[in-house]
Amino acid sequence: MVPLNYYLVLSGVLFAIGTAGVFLRRNLITVLLSIEIMLNAVNLTFVAVGRYRGSVDGQIITFFVMTVAAAEAAVGLALIIALFRHRETLSPDAFTALKW
Amino acid sequence: MDVLAFYVFGAIAVIASLLVVGQGNPMHSVMLLIVSFGALAGLYVLLDAPFTAVTQIIVYAGAIMVLFLFVVMLLNVPREEPAPPNVSALLGPTGMRLGVVLSLLLGAEILWALGRVGIGWFTQGSSEKSVSSVALIGSGIFLRHAFAFEATSVLILVAMIGAVVLARREHS
Repeated sequence: MVPLNYYLVLSGVLFAIGTAGVFLRRNLITVLLSIEIMLNAVNLTFVAVGRYRGSVDGQIITFFVMTVAAAEAAVGLALIIALFRHRETLSPDAFTALKW
Repeated sequence: MDVLAFYVFGAIAVIASLLVVGQGNPMHSVMLLIVSFGALAGLYVLLDAPFTAVTQIIVYAGAIMVLFLFVVMLLNVPREEPAPPNVSALLGPTGMRLGVVLSLLLGAEILWALGRVGIGWFTQGSSEKSVSSVALIGSGIFLRHAFAFEATSVLILVAMIGAVVLARREHS
């Protein structure tokens, strides 16, 4: 059986990739996709730790994380559509009205 | 055998995620993210979690990614614009050097903490018994976590109304 540490390292790598995507990309859709990568890395950690503790709670919380991810994607994409109607661009640099 | 499958699925997930972040076309990014989710579903099967693997394929790769694809096709912006020059002092050379130093510090701190905890710490309590029963997951969701389940349904309702209100075309 694969040791738990392998899964933890893989999940950390995926989370780092997602974080880098959020900070580096200049396209709002790709930023949302990177957030999905981060959520999946966390899901992998939950399932792996739950499996190695012999508990089913990891899979249950993964179920809840998935529903939250679905709600986040729906609201985030609606916001992106509304922003695109205003400015005709998807670059985060174009939306700085709240910046001091 | 298990380790080999882990390496294959892990490599697919990491490479696909890197390409999602690394290449420019949002359409290809969504497709590659579906590949990454498929590899994660394989990892869930390795972890004795077939229900989660199937949910991953149906909900994530099936429903959420289709939503993303609809928006990508609706907006139709294949290329992202280059960074505007000097948006902020933080993006100049000084800020970048500071960021490199800070992330190296963070990496060193994580390595130090892992060394203190001991990298093999978690393997001691590993359980060999399988917990893949869907009946166990169902009773967990509907009995012990019933309040969280109901709260999730309210959250979905709020997200649905919010998405409809936000994406509605304004009539002036």
